[in-house]
Amino acid sequence: MSVRTKLLNPLTISALVGTALLVFLAVAGPVIWGTAAEATDVSSRLLPASAAHPFGTDELGRDVFARVLVATRLTLLLTLGATAIALIGGVVFGLVASILPKYPRRWFTGLLDILLAFPWLLMVLFFTVIWGATATGAMLAIGFAGIPSFARLVYNLAASVSGRDYVRAARVVGVGPVGILVRHVLPNIANPFFVNAAATASVTLLSFAGLSFLGLGVQAPAYDWGRMLQEGILRIYINPLAAVGPGIAVVLAGLVFTLLSEAVAGSRGDGLRAVAARAAGSVTITARRRELAPEATASDRELIAEITDLHIAFPTADGGVIERVRGVDLQVARGEIVGIVGESGSGKSLTAMALAGLLGDDARITTSAHRFDDLDMTRTLTASDRARLGVELGMIFQDPLTSLNPALTIGRQLTEVPEVHMGMRPKEARVRAADALDAVGIPNATARLKQYPHEFSGGMRQRAMIGMALTGKPRLIIADEPTTALDVTVQRQVMGVLHRAQEETGAAIVFISHDIALVSAFCDRVIVMKDGRVVESLSADRIREDAQHPYTKALIACLPDMTSDRTQPLPVIPPELLPEALDESIESLDDAVAPTINDREVPV
Amino acid sequence: MTTPPLATAEVVDTTTAALAARVEERRLRRGLSPRTAFLLRRLGRLVISLAVVVVASFLLMYLVPGDPVRAALGQSATPQLVEATRVQLGLDRPMYEQFFRFIGGLFTGDLGTSVRLQRPVGDVIAQRFPTTLLLAVLAFIIAVVGALPAGIGAAVLARSGRRRGLSMAVSAVLGILIAVPSFLVAVGLISLFAVQLGWLPAAGWGKPADAVLPVIALAIGPMAYLVRIVQVEMLAVLDTTYMTTARAKRLPRRLIHLRHALPNIVTASLTVGGLILAGLTAATVLIETVFAIPGLGTIMVSSVGAKDYPMVQGVVIVYALIVLGVNLVVDVILATIDPRSSITEG
Repeated sequence: MSVRTKLLNPLTISALVGTALLVFLAVAGPVIWGTAAEATDVSSRLLPASAAHPFGTDELGRDVFARVLVATRLTLLLTLGATAIALIGGVVFGLVASILPKYPRRWFTGLLDILLAFPWLLMVLFFTVIWGATATGAMLAIGFAGIPSFARLVYNLAASVSGRDYVRAARVVGVGPVGILVRHVLPNIANPFFVNAAATASVTLLSFAGLSFLGLGVQAPAYDWGRMLQEGILRIYINPLAAVGPGIAVVLAGLVFTLLSEAVAGSRGDGLRAVAARAAGSVTITARRRELAPEATASDRELIAEITDLHIAFPTADGGVIERVRGVDLQVARGEIVGIVGESGSGKSLTAMALAGLLGDDARITTSAHRFDDLDMTRTLTASDRARLGVELGMIFQDPLTSLNPALTIGRQLTEVPEVHMGMRPKEARVRAADALDAVGIPNATARLKQYPHEFSGGMRQRAMIGMALTGKPRLIIADEPTTALDVTVQRQVMGVLHRAQEETGAAIVFISHDIALVSAFCDRVIVMKDGRVVESLSADRIREDAQHPYTKALIACLPDMTSDRTQPLPVIPPELLPEALDESIESLDDAVAPTINDREVPV
Repeated sequence: MTTPPLATAEVVDTTTAALAARVEERRLRRGLSPRTAFLLRRLGRLVISLAVVVVASFLLMYLVPGDPVRAALGQSATPQLVEATRVQLGLDRPMYEQFFRFIGGLFTGDLGTSVRLQRPVGDVIAQRFPTTLLLAVLAFIIAVVGALPAGIGAAVLARSGRRRGLSMAVSAVLGILIAVPSFLVAVGLISLFAVQLGWLPAAGWGKPADAVLPVIALAIGPMAYLVRIVQVEMLAVLDTTYMTTARAKRLPRRLIHLRHALPNIVTASLTVGGLILAGLTAATVLIETVFAIPGLGTIMVSSVGAKDYPMVQGVVIVYALIVLGVNLVVDVILATIDPRSSITEG
């Protein structure tokens, strides 16, 4: 975002206008309205709101509106004073904590955490006892009560920066703790510091209003907004605006500080952003059928799943649509192991998720046919259809650390399909789940069912996922990069388990990977995808011989084997075949470029 | 280095599983289940926190600049009265003796005598505590009970992408409700429901109707905050892979949301809920003052104003006990329902 657009966004504009207004009132308020705010007039005591007195008058006949404007100066001065105390104290304590040796540092942060457990107001009241119920006392109390949270913030920021590589490097070359603080830590925490400073000012303002309202802050004859609130609420039946007016002033000024904080941050709060992004990004599914699905023929009977002319598009942030899968046909025969290879963004996972009917609400999917066995997946599924899919279609995802529900036991998650869809009693379901775990090579299965996913290692979780598919009667298992997140030894074990599961159940498998070696070893048939299209479909055992498409050839050429000349650099995908270069010319096989030995050294 | 060959038939994890097993073994040797160890750690922290509070409130009188007795009684008090009060407060004794008397008093429930009211501090607190507790608990229940369905609804609304305008409006209203402090909400509520409409009393305590506005004023801000938390958490949970796993099992919507999503938002909601309850006890100080309710908050404020130190010490310790107690209860519940919190170092 350029500086210009940053300055022009409504958030920044309102923050700047609000700040300017507050500064103007603080500087000029007492000069302009000072006389009106002090002028007592016994004949017009306690008047309700009118054109002459927008917020009415107080018990001495003074104009409440003028007093609200004049009180801006004192309110802001006290707020800024207290904020400054909190900031300075926080920075000093936070930075000192960050360069302390290990044990004093632990004690110090422990103490901060204890102090942070107490609500700010309680700390303020405690300090008020010490310094007395005066404006200065309240400023000190609010400022000091704010130090722990700010010290914790500064410490966290400093600790996160000092863990970074360049700071470690500086330490290695002998820069002392103070040098690191000044040269590396301070410049890097400046932005979050200012964001939080403005937010702290907002909280301070509200606390001050609260304290003065309790009669423990500013004392008569001086007045800030909190003090005016306290006086106003006593007469709320006579003139509600005498209390509501200063209240509005407090809220508006607090809002200005918050806006300022968010304008400094350059973006709105995370939560809000998440909500807004959701609201803007999603579009309802428009699954239209372009033609009637053809009647099932004899050869179709051999297929367990089929999807024809699949297009998947997503709405973009600027209101457009981007097509990620562009006309893919995929047939899976019974018991067949089909591999889909392609690099990230080739649409292989999307295709698999669409085949399973699991794409989210924001995807726009069109197909001319989509079947699972004899089930037409393009129409609305009935409860019994869904039960059948739950039992017969298994899914395994890339990252076993996130694909199991952390809040539920393994047993709970493995008994669900038998209980919900197969009508088993809990006891039978547990036996089935234990058998499934046993089948994927997890020892002591019955005891393991009582454990939570975090008590399983990564490889065991992935085997539990395979086991979950086995609790049903799987006829198709879709495995979306099931080994990518695992290390090589565990990878081989998981592949072994998957293979055995396939042999025992006779289920077909759609196996997605970017690893062409793994795919050609494991699968019967290999489909190569690139930029949302299928570029080639090959028999796995003849992949080296039959590959026609330059991209496939390039992928295969990159595989080292026993005959590879190890004195030469490994080949890489030539730049002509990278997605940008190949975007639309993919169908013209004549443009084929043979893989070339790149003369640059390849990072391995 | 010689490695024994792996049994090939049995699939054994080498790295992570072995490490986890070793950690588990060490824990077993200490004879503590992870959950017990976690709770003991939390209890230890509670004791330390309490010690900090007790020491701080004991030191209160020493931190006051000048003579605290003179400050409490004012410039017009006779020297005899000042001396008598000094003896009554035990300030004529050596500091260590005072400290042990203070600690001993805490264990026997003797919190000293209020300078201003000339009554035992313990009695005053016992009399006023239930009122404050009632306010805070009612407000907390309303906030939580309202926020869970509202937050889940808001998440589903935002995720569906339909009625985008409504979704944005909800978000804006929540933002405003979170930002406005409870005592200003109270002023607004009074001017609307008590002054303009005359439905409910503006102040006082005794009838059930008296509690309506204070409880609403206390609950609104925390509830809006909790709605926001639940919404954000729910959106995050709905996007996780394990929710896709649940959908892949084609479970009924009810099971997907209640069994698979809800437990995962409860942890965050409860953590925030604990903070809210602790914050609510502080907010009662202001709300009690707005509505002139005779609770702990009003006695705290008047004692601070009057420099009635024994009273302030007692109320500070009681408030601290509430806050720390709530934190402990939340931790215990978290340890019970969330399997992970017991193993993560806290």
